[in-house]
Amino acid sequence: MIMDAPFLIAASLTLLSAIAAISLRNLVHCALCLALTFIGLATLYLQLGAQFVGLTQIVVNVGAVAIVIVFAILLTRSGDSSDEPRFNKGAVWGFLIGGGVFGALGAAINASSISLKAAAVEPSLTVKQIGQELMGRYVLPLEAIGLLLTAALIGAVIVAMRETPREGGRK
Amino acid sequence: MEKLDQIFVTLKALVLGLVPEPFQLPVSILLSIVPIMLVFPGMFALTTVAERKLLGRIQNRLGPNRVGPFGFLQWAADGLKTITKEDIVPRNADKVVHFLAPVILLVSALLAYSVIPFGRNMHAIEIDAGILFFFAVGAGTELAVFMAGWSSRNKYALLGAMRAIAQMISYELPLLLAALAVVMAVGSLNPVDIVAAQDGGRGWGGVVPNWFVFTPWGFVGFVLFLIAAAAESNRSPFDLPEAESEIIAGYFVEYSGMKFATFFLAEYLGLFVICGMGVTLFLGGWHAPFPWFWCDWIPSWAWFLSKLVSIVLLYIWMRGTLPRLRIDQLMNFAWKFMLPMGLINLVVVGVWKYTRPWDYFGAEAVRWLVCVALLAVPYFLLGRNLMSHRKWGPRTYRYAE
Amino acid sequence: MTMETWLIFSAALFCIGLVGALTRRNAIIVLISIELMLNAANLNFIVFWRHGVNAEAAAGVMTVIFSIGIAAAEAAVGLALVIAVYRHFKTVNLDKIDSMKG
Repeated sequence: MIMDAPFLIAASLTLLSAIAAISLRNLVHCALCLALTFIGLATLYLQLGAQFVGLTQIVVNVGAVAIVIVFAILLTRSGDSSDEPRFNKGAVWGFLIGGGVFGALGAAINASSISLKAAAVEPSLTVKQIGQELMGRYVLPLEAIGLLLTAALIGAVIVAMRETPREGGRK
Repeated sequence: MEKLDQIFVTLKALVLGLVPEPFQLPVSILLSIVPIMLVFPGMFALTTVAERKLLGRIQNRLGPNRVGPFGFLQWAADGLKTITKEDIVPRNADKVVHFLAPVILLVSALLAYSVIPFGRNMHAIEIDAGILFFFAVGAGTELAVFMAGWSSRNKYALLGAMRAIAQMISYELPLLLAALAVVMAVGSLNPVDIVAAQDGGRGWGGVVPNWFVFTPWGFVGFVLFLIAAAAESNRSPFDLPEAESEIIAGYFVEYSGMKFATFFLAEYLGLFVICGMGVTLFLGGWHAPFPWFWCDWIPSWAWFLSKLVSIVLLYIWMRGTLPRLRIDQLMNFAWKFMLPMGLINLVVVGVWKYTRPWDYFGAEAVRWLVCVALLAVPYFLLGRNLMSHRKWGPRTYRYAE
Repeated sequence: MTMETWLIFSAALFCIGLVGALTRRNAIIVLISIELMLNAANLNFIVFWRHGVNAEAAAGVMTVIFSIGIAAAEAAVGLALVIAVYRHFKTVNLDKIDSMKG
């Protein structure tokens, strides 16, 4: 049981901060809790031996996604909407569906016949191997991701750009 | 010779030998952490005094000269003052976030030290993706700065935090690209391997040390790294986030007493660690600069520290002589000059790496010429482009909606 | 650690995200919830990679690396949309954004 202590700490931290991230009233607190969830998940990745993924998770999600969310919260001035109710009209159905999905998933996991044991030795996946895989077998997805990110970047800028009326022409 | 070099490693092994088996791991961790937590805050204390003395010299005044010999105990007086000051938290502040911000900043600055090799066999942890770890930990800095600025409920603090985050995100790209050039050349993200790759010398019987700064791409990468590191750690001339003459002190206006000191400490620790990374990546880490010269008796950690201190002194010099940039100059410089140069630098590393097998007469000269040309032409074009957009006109004001 | 524990954990994380996406009014919280669900899926890939028979193939790790990239693009576009919607409707409350003709 003592071997599981790191998992228990990280898992409970992740779950609690995830619950806080969707339930707190103040949106900035939600974003900060989301960052905490990402960090907790990164430690879980490290426990599973996926070092590169864990660190990438922190660089991308904490360093970029959380910051972008925070910027969006400040730009939409929704940081202090304390007078409105938090949940929408059909919230009860949302809770029911969420609970139902968890029940179904839990039952499926319990009933499944595959129960794989973790390999005794931790699979050693060096950064070099990951790089060679990325440049070898996975080079096409890599290019596609590059294209997607460029398109998303341009798209995001255009969508968020202020529409200024053009001078001397139709708007 | 060997003994002085490995003195700390031997000491640690000696102490570990005295400890019973089950406690060896925690004691070993403690022995790696405690020196870092002592040496670098101590260096911070001395740097604050040295910085004020040097700035005083640059600005034709004396600087601190009352406490201790030549004022070199000023840090003790400052420390006592900040510890005994009252800790004021604004009434409207978000108490928890306000408290956590300096803590997170300090922790992320200290964590980054764990992957830097300070000397031969002297590194707290050796992980495969050390450089990535360094930048991952840096992500905590941005979040801490935002937390400090937002939780203070002060418009200057929020302005400072927004400036700081915009600046950090913009300059993180050139910083990463500069580091990536070295990673590409070495083929490893492990700082220990990167230092090992810069061993020895070359040219005329090894006169020139094998540091990456003495290659065309390494030089460009080092300059990019230095500029971006200054911006990342909010040093002048990139100190807009805390411009005391415009927004009083930026994101830590509302901090006082020990929390303010924590910010100050974390900022300098961040500066030291990023300089340490620069030394590791470009200046050969702990390798001696004269591989051909009789200086074996100087230990490797002394070389590392002296290189680190020289870069810090360079930053103090820059602070004393350069005026602060404007926000549009800052952004234009990052996106229109540093980023393209960083990308071109990556191409040049590729060229450099794949022209290594050339071995006809004069191949080395051709290789240098091609790489320098590949870097110099974009440098002049980008620089001219940056300068040509300078428009002088009546000042316009824009107001917030 | 058995694989079931990991799977139950990631299922819980996924359902937290699902509940958040279905119940909250604020568009930004809905985006946060979608991020949580994506991360739960990522964790599953890593768990199966670690417990799988062919760990050298690294397919799970690769999928997660690509997935992190896609999540970043999704967050950028999603938040840009939220900002555009805010500029138009002056609110990000999803209950109030219900007219199709601006």
